[in-house]
Amino acid sequence: MIATHYIYWLIIVLMMSGLYIVLSHGHLLKKLIGLNVFQAAVFLLYVSFGKVAGGTAPIVAPGIETYSHPLPAVLVLTAIVVGMATTSLGLALAVRIFREYGTLEEDEAIVAEASEHTAA
Amino acid sequence: MTHLPVLQVLIPLMGAPACALLRQRRAAWTLFLLVTGGALVCAVLLVLRMEQGSVRYALGGWPAPRGIEYVIDPLNAPMLALVSLIALIVAVYARPSVEAEIETRRIPLFYACMCLCVAGMLGVIATGDAFNAFVFLEITSLSSYALIAMGKRRRALLAAFRYLIVGTIGATFLLIGIALAYAVTGTLNMADLAQRLPDVYGNRALTAAVAFVVVGLAVKMALFPLHSWLPGAYAEAPSAVSTLLAGVGTKVAVYAFLRFALTVFGGSLVFGLLPVGSIGLVAACAAMVLASAIACFQRDLKYLLGWSSVAQIGYIVAGLSLATVDGISAGYLHMINHAVTKAALFAAAGVLLMRLGSVDLQALAGLGRRMPWTFAAILLAGLGLIGLPPTAGFVSKWALVLALVEQGQWFVVGAVLGSSLLAVVYVGRIVEIAWFREPPETPLLRPPAVPMVAMTWLLVLMSLYFGLSPVLPAALADGAAVAVAGRLR
Repeated sequence: MIATHYIYWLIIVLMMSGLYIVLSHGHLLKKLIGLNVFQAAVFLLYVSFGKVAGGTAPIVAPGIETYSHPLPAVLVLTAIVVGMATTSLGLALAVRIFREYGTLEEDEAIVAEASEHTAA
Repeated sequence: MTHLPVLQVLIPLMGAPACALLRQRRAAWTLFLLVTGGALVCAVLLVLRMEQGSVRYALGGWPAPRGIEYVIDPLNAPMLALVSLIALIVAVYARPSVEAEIETRRIPLFYACMCLCVAGMLGVIATGDAFNAFVFLEITSLSSYALIAMGKRRRALLAAFRYLIVGTIGATFLLIGIALAYAVTGTLNMADLAQRLPDVYGNRALTAAVAFVVVGLAVKMALFPLHSWLPGAYAEAPSAVSTLLAGVGTKVAVYAFLRFALTVFGGSLVFGLLPVGSIGLVAACAAMVLASAIACFQRDLKYLLGWSSVAQIGYIVAGLSLATVDGISAGYLHMINHAVTKAALFAAAGVLLMRLGSVDLQALAGLGRRMPWTFAAILLAGLGLIGLPPTAGFVSKWALVLALVEQGQWFVVGAVLGSSLLAVVYVGRIVEIAWFREPPETPLLRPPAVPMVAMTWLLVLMSLYFGLSPVLPAALADGAAVAVAGRLR
């Protein structure tokens, strides 16, 4: 099963690593990196569905009978665009958080907020 | 007329780049107003067309299941009208509020994000394609992250970032679920999925698909214990954004849950073979009691309202989890009534924020006598949260309790009553602070803005109207429940 379904094992390992990075780190950039790893695993999952045994890239050419399924690749393209938008928005927010708080550690920013609250 | 389903989404979607290009705040606001007005006209026409049966619209003329189609049926037509109506009210409300809260040069971009947010919500509701629903959900979410980050305090940035992380994990779960459903059926069209899925009930990949979709949407609807992003996000967002999101933001995810659970996977799988119903009831009970209790201890009015929203999602989910016609109808009705009630409360909080510069509960001391209209609005809408007659909250809670009793869910009935008592405590706290304390000497920052107060009262009056004469929302909710009656078990 590992030999035939190795792509799924790879995807699960990537997925769980990404999720673990997001949950275990307080650093905002590391969280975004984890999120990207997690999403990349899902993109691989989609692409893997499109693979047809012995099929080539779905570009019509003479002499080729078997093609891989093009639809999952198209779907992934859309999902990648969504993921890229999320990452850029996250990075933009991280820049602004750094300007406001002088740190990218979530815990330190929360502490800074709390101490300002008690002082005020 | 044949193009109504796509115009419903296209009008606000096209409004976004136009707002961004206008670069002039009044022009952008006018456009946003027109766009939401146009969306409401489309939605009302579609609701009226429901009498002649559902509408299916093939995008670009490509017939389903090859192409993407929009399907308007009694389950989603009322949601389209609800979202468009709240969006239009927010548009009128927004002009003075946004000018006070957002930097002038950013205002056109703010309205562009608002257009995108509304377009995304309407898209999730209108679409009949599973993958398309994911894309629209992300359009809504991405624009709301940006809108929340425009809040005045720097804490808004942290709240938006946290929502971005949690929300993206939720959306990716939904994406995985859709991938698995696609893998076992080879189609993404919802009607087509519904036809092919019963042949593979019991397939392990399909079970995983249901789990991923349900958990992903539970994050987006802030169902306890996946609610952590909601109070901060709603409280720190600019007032107009809070009003829009608190009104209809989470309801769209609830609708998507209904759509996926009943008309894609089928109730016999989700509520019959899998224990989603019982899990939903447990989560709903925890949400109702715990979130209401936490709301009692908040020091900031907008955080208090945010926690109350988490509890109210519990009521809605409790109704839907019963998977009976009465339960679905009660949950759907509460979705409509709570959208109006909570939008009214956040709108009133926005009025206070503008006039006082803070909505810290201590800052509200004694202001009930100096700002009688705003606080009367808060009181009347607050009664709706508790569920007292003659408000809309009473009608839907009554329907919910009847549906629960019919199924013998006495434990959940107890949670509903307990949560209502806690709502008496937190609404009572606002009343006590506002009317029974000495007013401060300090003058108010600004005079009231007429559009903001007027829209707050319009929402309050709507909630009273739906309470006194619940014919219209009840008919829409029953219509929605009857439309899915055949797919419940």
